[in-house]
Amino acid sequence: MIGEDDVRYVAKLARLHLEQDEMRRMTGELAKILAHIDKMSELDTAAVPPTAHVLDVVDVTRADRVEPGLPRAEALRNAPAVTDDSFRVPRMS
Amino acid sequence: MGALDTLRLTAREAKKLLVDGEVSAAELTKAYLDQIAAVEDRVHAYILVTADNAAKYSTKVDREMQAMRGPLAGLPIAIKDNMVTEGVTTTCASRILGNYMPVYTATAVRQLWDDHVVMLGKTNLDEFAMGSSTENSSVQTTRNPWDLATVPGGSSGGSAAAVAAGEALWALGSDTGGSIRQPAALCGIVGMKPTYGLVSRYGLIAFASSLDQIGPLTRSVYDCALLLRHIGGKDPRDTTSVESPEAVELPSAERLDGLRVGIPREYLAAGIEPGVRARFDATIARVEELGGTWVEVSLPHTEYALSAYYIIAPAEASANLARFDGVRYGHRAADADDLITMYERTRGEGFGAEVKRRIMIGTYALSAGYYDAYYGRAQRVRTLVRRDFDTVFEQVDLVASPTSPTVAFGVGSRTDDPLAMYMSDICTLPVNLAGLPAISIPCGLSGGLPVGFQLIGPAFSENRILDAAHALEAAIGFEPAPAFRDSSAGPEPGEGGSATVAAAGAPS
Repeated sequence: MIGEDDVRYVAKLARLHLEQDEMRRMTGELAKILAHIDKMSELDTAAVPPTAHVLDVVDVTRADRVEPGLPRAEALRNAPAVTDDSFRVPRMS
Repeated sequence: MGALDTLRLTAREAKKLLVDGEVSAAELTKAYLDQIAAVEDRVHAYILVTADNAAKYSTKVDREMQAMRGPLAGLPIAIKDNMVTEGVTTTCASRILGNYMPVYTATAVRQLWDDHVVMLGKTNLDEFAMGSSTENSSVQTTRNPWDLATVPGGSSGGSAAAVAAGEALWALGSDTGGSIRQPAALCGIVGMKPTYGLVSRYGLIAFASSLDQIGPLTRSVYDCALLLRHIGGKDPRDTTSVESPEAVELPSAERLDGLRVGIPREYLAAGIEPGVRARFDATIARVEELGGTWVEVSLPHTEYALSAYYIIAPAEASANLARFDGVRYGHRAADADDLITMYERTRGEGFGAEVKRRIMIGTYALSAGYYDAYYGRAQRVRTLVRRDFDTVFEQVDLVASPTSPTVAFGVGSRTDDPLAMYMSDICTLPVNLAGLPAISIPCGLSGGLPVGFQLIGPAFSENRILDAAHALEAAIGFEPAPAFRDSSAGPEPGEGGSATVAAAGAPS
């Protein structure tokens, strides 16, 4: 059963700040959803291969040809903060 | 040329009017912009109406008709706002994208632009296409034109409502677990999810990459085929896109002689409303009248499909949505003085409740110690779901079911219970897990609200599905008559509803 400590840990993995009340609500909701999902454990799937993808396409490649990329100004166009033609971010702590 | 009835006009008819010179592209576009002006304040289908661009471009198409001659030239369309459009803001109905201005265009949209379609605007959706009611939009809740107190379904609820309300000739949506078919059903229009890979996902902002597929929402099956013909094909920018073994044809079938339809007993056990069941049974009777036969079949892993889906889709979403971190685009939290805090606050502020829930489920399912029990197992269950369909398609040509267990439900009636909301996709989401094509067509009303009939086929059987749906559509003779009334608002005042709508004959 998932508890509030698990939720806090997963939120940290997901880089997701949750307010205290969100954390509490999320714990209840996730417990309920995961309980339903646990229905899967009724099935013996040991001998079943996994499906990651439905199409029989493997090793898709394209010609190794240089194509124009996004111009720097375009790439930076939506950035919240830009310095010296680069994305600006707060310092690492 | 009299006033265009945008509630009924099909793209096929509109194209003929254009070719015959009965109407200009500018007049056609204006008819939809006028209908938007008349009803949009009640329907809220669009996040952005690009009225000026649409008017200008349609005039250009008229002026340069010789050079721009093409099968779709001058036909106006609405685009779900999770497909990027260069120079036109794209939001995914999320705060985290802010005023994101795309610097490129989704391949499917580019294909239509190259064919000189006129874009009317970008339609509302559940945030990042996560939801079944469009109530998870951070922008607005779209209303169902048949009853404004009910939802249009989701997540392509804006596209479905726009077409149903005569605010668009047709539209593009995306379908990850039913997000085209379920809103099409609830709004009384046609919606199709093509075989996985048939339409490029390049520029479709990813929710669950192994399940997402772009497809048409239209007023007729013929229109559905016409639109699908122009958005498919192998795209070097999407390695999972493929060339269909056969081109999509325009359907003309009137009979279903020799067609074998399977009805999965597990779908009919899944809490189907009596009114929906009655319309479904009546449609199966039509199948027989048209020369087809039906047989009960079994998809035994259906009850596990929902569980597998609600691991696989959130797992892929949690990875796809990692890119929204306040660095390259969109919202950034103010006053965070180190990088990790900036990430966490940006995402905490930018994502809505349902998106957070799915990121959390997905991250949990992929985390150390739980991967095998959840994600690994879900992928194995996915194989079982695929095998169920493989077995059934050895016995029958198509599988039929209701698209949604219920008609449109009340705004706010399921928002407190995420699990109940997830259940509304039980008849549609196994199709995405198996990567199959499926269509929803309107098959009548229950309590004054539309009921959808779903046909599922094997991979790349689009032509078989479209032909069968075309023959059934003619036999059903569904009448599009959205009332634009709010059943929760009590008796209608004397002059409710626009003149256009009243003239179209609203049901009592």
